Amino acid sequence: MSLDRKTVAHIATLARIRLEPKEADALAGELEGILRWVEQLNEVDVSGVAPMSGVEQFKLPQRKDAVTDGGDRDRILANAPEAAAGFFAVPKVVE
Amino acid sequence: MAEAAQANDTDLIQGRTGAWEIVLGLEVHAQVVSKAKLFSGAATAFGAEPNTQVSFVDAGFPGMLPVINEYCVEQAVRTGLGLDAEINLHSVFDRKNYFYADLPAGYQISQYLQPIVGKGTITLDLPGGRTRAVGITRLHLEQDAGKSLHDQHPTKTYVDLNRAGVALMEIVSEPDLRSAEEAGAYLKKLRSILRYLGTCDGNMEEGSLRCDVNVSVRKPGAPLGTRCEIKNVNSIRFVGQAIEYEARRQIELLEDGGEIRQETRLFDSGRGETRSMRSKEHAHDYRYFPDPDLLPLELDAAWVARIKASLPELPDAKKARFMKDFDLSTYDAGVLVGEQETADFYETVASGRDPKLAANWVISELFGALNRAGKTIAESPVSAPALGELVGLISDNTISGRIAKDVFQAMVETGKGAAAIVEEKGLRQVTDTGAIEAEIDRIMATHADKVAEYRGGKDKLFGFFVGQVMKATGGKANPAMLNELLKKKLAG
Repeated sequence: MSLDRKTVAHIATLARIRLEPKEADALAGELEGILRWVEQLNEVDVSGVAPMSGVEQFKLPQRKDAVTDGGDRDRILANAPEAAAGFFAVPKVVE
Repeated sequence: MAEAAQANDTDLIQGRTGAWEIVLGLEVHAQVVSKAKLFSGAATAFGAEPNTQVSFVDAGFPGMLPVINEYCVEQAVRTGLGLDAEINLHSVFDRKNYFYADLPAGYQISQYLQPIVGKGTITLDLPGGRTRAVGITRLHLEQDAGKSLHDQHPTKTYVDLNRAGVALMEIVSEPDLRSAEEAGAYLKKLRSILRYLGTCDGNMEEGSLRCDVNVSVRKPGAPLGTRCEIKNVNSIRFVGQAIEYEARRQIELLEDGGEIRQETRLFDSGRGETRSMRSKEHAHDYRYFPDPDLLPLELDAAWVARIKASLPELPDAKKARFMKDFDLSTYDAGVLVGEQETADFYETVASGRDPKLAANWVISELFGALNRAGKTIAESPVSAPALGELVGLISDNTISGRIAKDVFQAMVETGKGAAAIVEEKGLRQVTDTGAIEAEIDRIMATHADKVAEYRGGKDKLFGFFVGQVMKATGGKANPAMLNELLKKKLAG
């Protein structure tokens, strides 16, 4: 699989990473290397093998429906670059 | 028998180049009724102070791990069973990746290829007693996002994460709907089922039930057209308006030789139109992958069977029972089963009494009074047993139906019982033949001229005599007896 610059630019946009045009070529090469490495896995015949979700055969732990958390606004907002009136305040997102 | 997914001729829209068919599919986000969120122990109650119902999981703090709420899972299964759908004993949670200010983790935990609920069915109740089956494609569990407020500050957006992480059921329909009316019927029926099940409160104003509409148009019989998705339409009325507008827009565009671009559009309820949401152009590239923090969800078949056994009687079954046991019309039964509270109220009124008369009183008089007062059935000034007592008084001829309306009005105003009001105001109907006959004789003597005219062939005067006797008895003469006796006497 080969990656063109346009695809790399698109992935960068989706990931919100600012990319200079000259960086795109280098990144395309690196990403291609990763993809080639992953594609080797296609050589293994996995027909009839169920997808594995983890190495440990635990059951998904579940929780009772009870309110055990929250009410800690100061700590929730403590790391926010900006907060006002109990809200996170971020640069205006206009629809 | 349910009709197939095909537009009636009346549902087609006429354009310059002929008739067009609208094809609709709905994605409904229904907030799960639960105390705590889907993956955290923070509360879900509506209307709390901003960011007071937020855990570190909901706020996307590093290193925090989601743990699933077993009750939310149970609610999703219950809903699936209520929609007559396949329950998938093995389902998987995935990350849906996108950036937005009210999505702190940068991804929403959702279900993609392996949802908890598969194909199901909803039966629409359409005008004229028609019904039609509409396919449910799937139902999956996912987290809600936070809430952004754009109008509190000139250059800032304020974010409240109280809603972030609350459990949602996304319920997706097949593209089986063919008109705004059908889309409305679908939403009403879905909301009714959810409320019966107690899995979602169905409150569209508070955003507990939100709807995205996929709209496309085609010439009848042609392949499906390109669709546009209209986001977050928050009332049944707006869903209808958005569909009508969007279908017209697409038809005009196509007839002018244009092409529909698959896109996300926003409904502007103020202007009654839809417009493109450019910000969502890349949004469909969500790069789903299984959430490494969560193992697959494995359900026990016996547990699912226990939930199935505990389901309440749902609207369709209740409607069929009302029609069969109480001999109600399709319409009356449909109105009464729309809300569980209304159906329960009716059954109490009808218990041991004439069920059709009880239905008439609930639907015409009680609903009328509630509408005028702007009250719900739970706030009814007349209780179900009290209305039942009134219906009983009509059936056993204590009062006439006409007097009963006055008694009902007095019950609404004073909160007193029907029998008490009848006694207090002396409204007991005159069923004593002798007393009615005496009044008739008196009236006939006073209006000898009219009697002669009547006997001379002026039949219309019968109503005059009825009116006179009724007036003389204060409306309390039993109407059926009065008619019978009067006819006999006037005949001579």
